[in-house]
Amino acid sequence: MTSVLYDVPGPRAILRNRLIGVATVVVVLALLGFIGYRFYESGQFDASRWYVFTFSAVWTQIFGALGRTLAAFGLAAVLALVVGFVLAIGRMSDHAWVRIPVTAITEFFRAVPVLVLMMLLYYGLPVLGVKMEPYWAVVLALMVYNGSVLAEVLRAGVESLPRGQKEAGFAIGLRKSGVMRLILLPQAIRAMLPVIVAQLVVTLKDTALGFIITYPELLYFAKQLTSQQGRPVLQSAFVIGGIYIVMCLILSGVARWLEIRTRRSPRTRGGAAPLAGDGLDPRLHGGGTDTELIAMQRGVGKFDGTSTG
Amino acid sequence: MDVIFGNLDLWGEALRNTLLIFFGGAVLALVLGFIVGAMRVAPVPIARAVGTLYVNLIRNTPLTLVFFFFIFGYPQLGLPKLSTTVLGILAIGIYTATYVAEVIRAGINTVPVGQAEAARAIGLPFGQVMTLVILPQAFRSVVPPMMSVFIALLKNTTVAAGFSVLELGAIRSYLSERGENALVVLLWVAVIFVALVLLLSWLQRYLENKWRIAR
Repeated sequence: MTSVLYDVPGPRAILRNRLIGVATVVVVLALLGFIGYRFYESGQFDASRWYVFTFSAVWTQIFGALGRTLAAFGLAAVLALVVGFVLAIGRMSDHAWVRIPVTAITEFFRAVPVLVLMMLLYYGLPVLGVKMEPYWAVVLALMVYNGSVLAEVLRAGVESLPRGQKEAGFAIGLRKSGVMRLILLPQAIRAMLPVIVAQLVVTLKDTALGFIITYPELLYFAKQLTSQQGRPVLQSAFVIGGIYIVMCLILSGVARWLEIRTRRSPRTRGGAAPLAGDGLDPRLHGGGTDTELIAMQRGVGKFDGTSTG
Repeated sequence: MDVIFGNLDLWGEALRNTLLIFFGGAVLALVLGFIVGAMRVAPVPIARAVGTLYVNLIRNTPLTLVFFFFIFGYPQLGLPKLSTTVLGILAIGIYTATYVAEVIRAGINTVPVGQAEAARAIGLPFGQVMTLVILPQAFRSVVPPMMSVFIALLKNTTVAAGFSVLELGAIRSYLSERGENALVVLLWVAVIFVALVLLLSWLQRYLENKWRIAR
């Protein structure tokens, strides 16, 4: 990237870059120093502020809260994937009476904030006599929202495939469901895997919204800790924040690993590999009449190679 | 309809605060995001490292936690008092800036290598390479994802509801005190958000068409 925008720096540019580097360090250090000074000034480093974290009971409770966060995330992630597939397939349906309502539902749930969905489930539904635990409000809201987003991701993945894939599927006698299940979706999933995992990171982060509708997850517990002895407000935010960041970094790391892997080994699996390997012969034997099809198939190879995330 | 017209004062203030947080957060996110985005493509390794650290750290923090830091944590530091709305704008702006920075960086990366090389080959200095060649092209590809970031920002303003800012997400608890039906109130909130998001996506399409170039 940098080698594109800039020439190899000459003596003056090197000097200037060093000056910018020093200025950056100074600004960042000044900012951190000021925050650190305020922390020191207001006694945030006092042992009494961190006192609560010396109790093993507190840590047991933190791990309990972590378990509840992960419980909400796990179920919501699985359900969101299921809903995502159902909505994506519904939206690509040939029947207008399926496609149009599913499109409307997807767009609606994508436009409404997750928190409002949670509140609708937790505060709104009791009006109709449906009482719900906060856990289910969190899970269901995350499910419909992330399900709709994933549906769009999957649809984009399927639509980015060359038309020849679908046509070839029909040509060898597969039915609609077979084309979707055996040909289109596997390729779409592989191309979109990094985006899907990135959306799961969003799901994990959004479980923290459960705090607002009193689901006793990590952040809710952090809020409870702030009223403990020594009032460790910033301290509990740092500890709980660290836990969130570590969890999200692990998931983001998985996403990046998947992206690198799909980019590095484009055609390790799937039917495309043998075709591309000795691809020239079958195409020539095919008669060379349908030049568009050949172009499409070459396009496939190109697409698999670059698989946009 | 009575839910709305009987309580116009609350709805008006809630909508005003939501838009205030939205625009305040958007301006802050744009300014900060532009700086961080520039840092991430800078020739200075330290600037790149700081930009990357900032983006990775904040992106992997839930927005609710960022709010927690600002609304509950900031008053602990004994700094000048700020209202929860201002603190909310700071929180959401700092959070969204990471997404803006990523969009800007991705936009600069979409400009083909040959463009910058050609610009350098005809002898343009760095400033002109950026302002005359790279940025005008990057700008066009940045518009759609940037609007998506703003749509997300608009929806994220509701998080402020958990931190005693009267905006659209919080209006339910205020109206419940007046004995309104929570379900109806929340459905109206959902409708307002759908309308606002539709407005933004219309703007997205309009700008996309307006600045489209024939390649």
